[in-house]
Amino acid sequence: MIEHTEALEHTATAEHSHAAAHVHRDDEGSKMGMWLFLFTELLLFGGMFLLYGGYRFAYADGFKVAAADMNTFIGAINTILLLTSSLSVALSIAALQQNQKKLCLSLLWFTLLCGLAFLVNKYFEWSHEIHNGIYPGGPALENMSNGEILYFGLYYVMTGLHGLHVVVGMIFIGFVMVFIARDKITSINFQKLENAGLYWHLVDVIWIFLFPLFYLLH
Amino acid sequence: MTDTLAAHEGSYLEYEGRHKGILGWVLSTDHKRIGLLYLSAIMVFFFVAMTLGVMMRLEMLTPGETIMKPQTYNSIFTLHGVIMVFLFIIPAIPAVFGNFIMPIQIGAKDVAFPRLNLFSWYLYMTGATLAIISLFTGGGAADTGWTFYVPYSIRSAQNVSFTTLAAFVLGFSTIVTGLNFIVTIHRMRAPGMTWFRMPLFAWGLYATSWIQVLATPVIGITLFLIILERLLGVGVFDPALGGDPILYQHMFWIYSHPAVYIMILPAMGVVSEILPTFARKDIFGYKQIAISSLGIALIGYLVWGHHMFVSGMSDTARIVFSLLTFLVAIPTGVKIFNWVATLYKGSIKFSAPLYYVLAFIFIFSIGGLTGLVLGALATDIHVTDTYFVVAHFHYVMFGGMGIMFFATMHFWFPKMFGKMYNEKIAVIACTIIIVGFNILYFPMFIMGYMGMPRRYYDYLPHLQGWHILSTVGSWILVAGIVFMFGNLLYALLKGPKAARNPWGGTTLEWRVSSPPTVENFDEIPVVTGGPYVHDKPTYIMQPSKELVHENGDKLKGETLKAH
Repeated sequence: MIEHTEALEHTATAEHSHAAAHVHRDDEGSKMGMWLFLFTELLLFGGMFLLYGGYRFAYADGFKVAAADMNTFIGAINTILLLTSSLSVALSIAALQQNQKKLCLSLLWFTLLCGLAFLVNKYFEWSHEIHNGIYPGGPALENMSNGEILYFGLYYVMTGLHGLHVVVGMIFIGFVMVFIARDKITSINFQKLENAGLYWHLVDVIWIFLFPLFYLLH
Repeated sequence: MTDTLAAHEGSYLEYEGRHKGILGWVLSTDHKRIGLLYLSAIMVFFFVAMTLGVMMRLEMLTPGETIMKPQTYNSIFTLHGVIMVFLFIIPAIPAVFGNFIMPIQIGAKDVAFPRLNLFSWYLYMTGATLAIISLFTGGGAADTGWTFYVPYSIRSAQNVSFTTLAAFVLGFSTIVTGLNFIVTIHRMRAPGMTWFRMPLFAWGLYATSWIQVLATPVIGITLFLIILERLLGVGVFDPALGGDPILYQHMFWIYSHPAVYIMILPAMGVVSEILPTFARKDIFGYKQIAISSLGIALIGYLVWGHHMFVSGMSDTARIVFSLLTFLVAIPTGVKIFNWVATLYKGSIKFSAPLYYVLAFIFIFSIGGLTGLVLGALATDIHVTDTYFVVAHFHYVMFGGMGIMFFATMHFWFPKMFGKMYNEKIAVIACTIIIVGFNILYFPMFIMGYMGMPRRYYDYLPHLQGWHILSTVGSWILVAGIVFMFGNLLYALLKGPKAARNPWGGTTLEWRVSSPPTVENFDEIPVVTGGPYVHDKPTYIMQPSKELVHENGDKLKGETLKAH
């Protein structure tokens, strides 16, 4: 695997220095761009985590009361779903590298399915809360302390933003699947798939932090 | 290969690819054309924001109402700030000249992600359109000032959501550009161009790009939260629901302070290009200047608290932030001294770009030194939120980045358009601009010290003399700017053809034709030395014909590889 990447890198540099820019393909550069983009995503959520930290410190009691309302079971199921999907996306890259296009595609289908199941769970969780009148400006918030209001405000914003990233990740993977089906992404040209995988792992990592902060800390 | 050879011959301005006419521009992924797309848009917004500024000064001519109502005044200073900061100062040098010149300087045919590059221009235009829409919809443009401080920005009846959304989208555009430049600089340097053979403009852009990538997302989420707060009332910044407005200020300045280095670092990079060119001398302290850019980027990250000395912070935090603020002066001083030392014993040729650079060093030094007054805790309390801050900000931003934008235009104009302008007029315009600039902004230091608060519509009669002086300065300044652009515009239409290297520059962009061809180089050059060596060539432009290895050594007895 490592040898393979090095060989690829070598061709990329050779290509870069000799041939013209119109056949420019630089897998290493593409991966670097993706990582930089992931940094920006981390900082975007970093701002949210900063807010969470600040308000948890200021309203520790209110946060504890509000967190008791969360359904840890659904949260745990969702964590398992995302972790499994991360595994399947990683396996899909390995499958493609070994020229097993069909296996690769079915692993990606499985990933999409996990993502979808996650969103369905999230939908039921949210609608349950909304049904109870817990949403920004909702009737149930009138009797709550500031800490609880902020907890639920942050809950909606952070999981909402994360959910948006799940959707974007699924679209990203969907496009990659089309490319694989049309043989635009192959065993020797799979950087796009790897980038989609990286993005999906990021979505996963963020959830791994959201889960304990909102569900497990009582 | 034959069709690419044909493409090599024509200039990028005349090249007709897949699309013709205007489509050939707005769908082009050529970094040079995208640079010009940015330039044309940025010029429009610069003139809009400048007009708003002139109107503000006109309003301040007399106490009470002069030409507009207080509400209009509030919207105008907000828009002046938002447009100037987000649509002009931040993108101007990186997006226009970074795009155009940097890939050529490092010996590349384009940036790493050309399509992403075009996408970032569309994001920029989307953001700009949103800002314009905010003017005419809802309650009219935001009246919060460009800082969008809560809780007022949540309560204001004006169209704050649209204006913040505009800033959010524009932030996205800068992130994409920054990401693109980092990968370009890492991956696409020509063979032999080591990090310390890279031109200092590229170094400046490299440091800038990192700040863009690492700081902008924070403002993205912060502005996004303001929109959510206005639409849904989430409560994170609303004191009525337990939110903390001070936390907003922290998050705003965590981005917006590094952002001032996004604004100034590329400008400093251009200074380091222009000085060795016109002093006919290698730059003094190349490595120090390169590293100090990174130093500014790093320390600049940690000083945001100095915007909040009076907002409510612990004394410890204030002292630490004040100390860190003073530290930024060190890498900045390193640059200034190295620049001056570059001129020492040089064979100086006084051309228009150099005039602008000298103006920059003078004005920026005043701006920098008054920054120390603001960074010191005791004096800051006296002048917080007064015209002193406004004056300081304009000395460093307009005097720093703005004047350098003009210098950059004059420096690379012949390269970009292949036309030469009238240098005498450019120098006269520069003189008018400097005189006008100082008459406009220097009285603000004095007024601020006397207690004139910023963003106020009205003032006490004893300040009127200074206000009149300042307003007159704005007229002189605008006259100078119009004169300068008129000169460039005339050159664009009727100017004589420019030579390949009119200034005697030593970096790669002066080795290609003016204007450059579509692919910049027939062949990727090989670099054999530093960027500012005047006495011997450090680039091999056609390595295959001159029979050299990628490391610059001559081929000995080996046959030429087929290309």
